[in-house]
This record gives sequence, structure tokens and C-alpha cells, in this order.
Amino acid sequence: MTVLRLGLWSLRLSPRGVATAAGMIVVGVAVSLVALSTGEFTVPIPDIVASVFGQGTPAAELIVGRLRAPRVVTGLLVGAAFGLSGAILQSLTRNPLGSPDFLGFTAGASTGGIIAVVTGGTAWQIAGGSLLGCVASAVLVYALAFRNGVQSYRLILVGIGVGAVLVSVDWYLLTRANIHDAASAGTWITGSLSGRGWEHAVPVACALVALLPVCALVSRPLRMMEMGDEAAKAAGIGVEKVRATAIIVGVLLCGVATAAAGPVIFVALAAPQLARRLSRSPGVTMASSALMGAVLLVTADLAAQRVFAPVQLPVGIMTAALGGTYLVFMLRKERR
Amino acid sequence: MNPAGVVETAPEQGSESGPGKAPPRRTGRTVALTAGLLAGVGVLVLLVLVSIAVGSRSVPLSTVLDALTAPDGSTDHTVIRELRVPRTLLGLGVGAALGLAGALMQSLTRNPLADPGLLGVNYGAALGVTVALGLLDVSDPAVYVWFAFAGAALSAVLVYALGSAGRSGTSPVRLALAGVALGMVFHAASSAILRLDTATFDRMRFWLTGSLAGPTPEIAVRLAPFLVAGLALGLMMAGPLNALALGDDAGRALGAGVGRTRALTAVAVTLLCGAATAAAGPLWFVGLAVPHAVRAFTGPDQRWLLPYTVVLSPVVLLASDIAGRVIAAPGEVQVGIMCSVIGAPLFILLARRRRLAAL
Repeated sequence: MTVLRLGLWSLRLSPRGVATAAGMIVVGVAVSLVALSTGEFTVPIPDIVASVFGQGTPAAELIVGRLRAPRVVTGLLVGAAFGLSGAILQSLTRNPLGSPDFLGFTAGASTGGIIAVVTGGTAWQIAGGSLLGCVASAVLVYALAFRNGVQSYRLILVGIGVGAVLVSVDWYLLTRANIHDAASAGTWITGSLSGRGWEHAVPVACALVALLPVCALVSRPLRMMEMGDEAAKAAGIGVEKVRATAIIVGVLLCGVATAAAGPVIFVALAAPQLARRLSRSPGVTMASSALMGAVLLVTADLAAQRVFAPVQLPVGIMTAALGGTYLVFMLRKERR
Repeated sequence: MNPAGVVETAPEQGSESGPGKAPPRRTGRTVALTAGLLAGVGVLVLLVLVSIAVGSRSVPLSTVLDALTAPDGSTDHTVIRELRVPRTLLGLGVGAALGLAGALMQSLTRNPLADPGLLGVNYGAALGVTVALGLLDVSDPAVYVWFAFAGAALSAVLVYALGSAGRSGTSPVRLALAGVALGMVFHAASSAILRLDTATFDRMRFWLTGSLAGPTPEIAVRLAPFLVAGLALGLMMAGPLNALALGDDAGRALGAGVGRTRALTAVAVTLLCGAATAAAGPLWFVGLAVPHAVRAFTGPDQRWLLPYTVVLSPVVLLASDIAGRVIAAPGEVQVGIMCSVIGAPLFILLARRRRLAAL
């Protein structure tokens, strides 16, 4: 176990954790390259590298730069954002079920987005709507669960309840909307990366750049708080300040990610747990959760495009199938 | 998860286990609970009549009674006998089945989050139905219900096997995690199978979000025996489950076969979830919310909890179904949607108001 320190930031590295992270990066790069090079037109990998540096053929520029790259990059960023959001909220609630899917935040974001879609909003309005919906649902869940402080169990139960109502509101809006709005909202609501351009990737990238340092700052206090508020206070941590910061960051990440790709379920739930089990760390860790989220989403998107071709499945179906199967496998292995 | 939520309160224990002479408080309680149960049945009967009368074609209650007792073949009477009655009966059966299945699962797994939908059992059943309809072209409800049973049993066994953590017994978090994971996988598989064939997808997508629309009298008749068998078996488990609530060793000492009780309860859950899902799609929330609500005033005694759940769950489901038909008339909002809109605020209120009632 080695520790890297730089001012306020410190990073503890376990050999297995580093190896896992490196492995995930390799897998992520490999899958991204496959996603970039294959499809209806195969673009050889040297051409991809060339077009990244602006030296490629016009066809490669168009296919890779305009069509495939935005999709892959959006997938990577959205996956990382969901993974981080899940890690923060699970650590905060001290519960693997405390992910934005279960706390109703993803549902809030999708309701906000659906309202924007149904009222004929532009891409920016849809993004704003889902961010607003996410924040509003978080405030609502927190307020409803608050009673002499917030118990993680009550928070999750209230989140499940609020989420159920919001999902129903989504379906109701879909049945009420006219057929064109309903069709576009219908693909968005299962979570889809198809047709994503740079305008979807850039906001997520900005949010990640802005929020990653904050994540790094709260990661250690959050781990202390998993031992209980009293112990964390005794260790000199401003518990309330850290909790408020972490909630805001988790909610913003979830909202931004949902705005870009729709409510892709299960990434935020599964990625931190998968990363934790793979790196055998005692609690959820931020960096590996983000990496795992990115790898999970890009792989799922590739599978959703190719496995049942020419039928294109929404990526949400694949994340559920892939992440769910892997989580089941992990639970089984752990039991032995 | 909060282990404090699973501890029974001590004074309750003392009054229950007092041999022979019961304190007077308890008889008063029995009377009150019996009266409450009868009132629940009254509300249910009223809702059944309203459910038959209300719809895109509104029928006065007197005509409803005429149609049931002396049908004359008029349009109103045909609508009632061919459409409304099967739908209402199915709602009755499905509601009772889901509520009872939820209560049984909560008691068996001692997990306050246990619910036929949340633990993946309904999604397993739905996958069975999807495979039968989408891949094997089976359309007889009496045949595809067996696929639903197989799916429900498979997912129940898998979830329980994955969720029980070796020697330390079943942990609520692992169980819920395994259930959610498997449920997602099954739901994804169902959606994928349905999407492969556009015609089936169009026919079944409402069913996949939970809907009581479109059951023919035939489906109701074919599925009724399974629902009734599941309900009877489930209700018979009240005593043994009470004994097991004290722990496996204490339960054994009180004469309840631990393995037999678990197995029979699992069979009942499979029957209930499989038949309910085959009829109305993978609904959730009724099985989670109603037992919680009931436990708030009956306490953890299964002999009260289970009958109350059986009576009040269809009340919630039928009320949701009626509301769905009234709000969006002349169309309708699927019962799955209405159920969570009505059930969820109640559930939030309960989660907020009390410490999670003891299991």
C-alpha cells in the first residue's frame, strides 16, 4: 500500500487496485477502438489514429469524427459520470442500493427531460430540464426523508416511492403526447446513445472537469464517514459540510449524464459494486467506479448495436443485461 | 440496512406468549381487528361493483345487478358480462395474489424490501410468458402460465441462492441486490425478445408495464384455479411463519418444520406471482406497500397480517384501475401506472412516519 500526496489531495494505491484500474483502461481503449473501426464501413485503426490528428481521408473523417467518435466519447463520459455519482451516493448512504437509480434521482432527471421533449424543447432545453428534474427530485426525496436527520434506509425507501411516481408520470406523459414527441421521448427514456453528437459530449466533459477535483477532495472524508458520523467527527471531519458537498456533486453528475444519454439504468448501481469486488477494496472507490462505469457503458453500447443486428437495441437494455449478469456472477463467486 | 428494524418490541411479545388467560386489552384488539377486516371486505365489495359500473360506457348500478342476475343480452349486459366482470375478477385475484406474495416474501426473507417485483420474481415470470408468446408461439393462457411458473420459480430459487451468504444466513442487502440484478436481466431479456418481433411487441408492450385491459373471460377462467390455490396455500402458512419469526431454532421447538415451511411458502409465492404476472404483467409496489401499511396497525402477527393483505391489496389495485379509467376517459391509464401513483405516496408517508414496523 503506497500513498501519493499533493497538498489537500492524497491517493492510496493498493497493487490490486492499480492493476484493476490499468486493466479497465486497456479494456476501455480496446472496446472504443473496436466501436470506432467496425460497423457498416470498416475503418482500419491506423486511419482512425490519422483522423484523430486531422490527417485522415475525408471518408474516415466523416465516419469517425462526425458519427462514431461522438457516440463513443459520450458513452465513456456518461458512463464515468454515472459510475462516480453511484459511488458517491452509495458511499454516503452506506448501502449498495443507495444509487441514483434507487434514490429516484435518475427518474427525476428523466421526468424533467420528458417534459421538455413533450413540450417541444430544443436539445439544450431537454438537458436543462433533466438537470432541473434531477435536482428537484433530490431535494424532494431528501425533504420527505428528513426527520431528525436522514437515515439511509428511509432515504432509499422514500427514493423508491418517489421514483415509482415519477416513472409513472413519464409513462402517462408518453401516452398523452402526440405521436412524434412520443416516439422521440420513447427512445430517450430507455437510455440511448444513438445519434449523439459533440453537443451532447461537451457538457458532460465540462461537468466532469469541474466536478472531478471536488470528488477527489471528498473521497477520503466520505470513506471515514462510512464508519459512522461519530467516528468521522472524532477524526476531525466536518460531517455536514462533506455530506452536503457530496450530495450536490452526486446529483449534478447524475443529472448531466441523464441529460446526455437519457436514464441509462443500472450503470450507477453496478459500476461501483463491480469495481469494488474486482479490486477487492473494502469500500466503493471513486476512480475505479468511474472507469468501470465508462467501460460498462461503451461495451454495452457496442453490444446493443451489434448483437442483434440489424435490430438496434437501446443501450439501457444492454447495460441491464451485462451489468446484471456480471453482478450476479460476482455475488455467486463471493459466496464461496 | 438497519438491523434495528427487524427487532420485535418486547411488550408485545410478553402479552402474546402469556399462556391461558389473555389480558383484556387483547380481546378488545381482536374485536377491533375483526371489525376492521369486515369493513375492508365491505369496501372491497363496493369497489367491485363500482369497477363493473364505471368505464368508457357508464352503466347504472341497478343495470349492473340486473346483468349479473338476469342477463337479457342487451349491449350493456354484454359489456358487463364479457368485459367488465372478467377484468374486475382478474383485478381482484391479481391484487390479492401480489399482496399476499409480498407479505409472504417479507416474512420468509425477513427483508422489509421484499416484493414480487423488487426481488425479480415477477420479471422472471414475465420472461417465461415472453418466451412462450414471442419465441414458441404459445397463446393458450393455461399453457403459458406454466412458463410463468417456471420463470417465477427459477428466479425465486436463483435470488435466494445468490442472496444467502453462506453460513451467516440470508442478508437483506445481498438478497435485494441479487433480486434487483436478476430482475433487470430478466426484464432486459423480455424487452429484447419482444423487440425482435414487431407484432408481438405492439401487442405485449402494455402488458409489460402492467395492465388489466384485454383479459377475456377465458383467461380469467383459466388462471383462476392457480390464483385460488396459491391464495389458500399462502394463508395456511400464517401459523408456521409466525413460529419461524422467532428464529429457526425457536420455530423448530414450537413444532414448525423449517424446511417444509420455507418450501411451501416458496411454492405459494411462485403460484401467486406466476399467475398474477401471466394475467396482468410484471406489476410491483402492491406487494411492497400494502403489507407495510397493514403491518402498521396489525403488528407482526401473520394470522392478521395475511388476511388483511389479501383483502386490502385488491382494494388498492381495483381503486387504481378505476381511477385509471376515470382520469383518461374514454381511454385509460394502465393499472401499473395508477398503482404506483396511488400507492407510492402512502408508502412514502409510512416510511417517513414510523420506524420501519417490525418484521
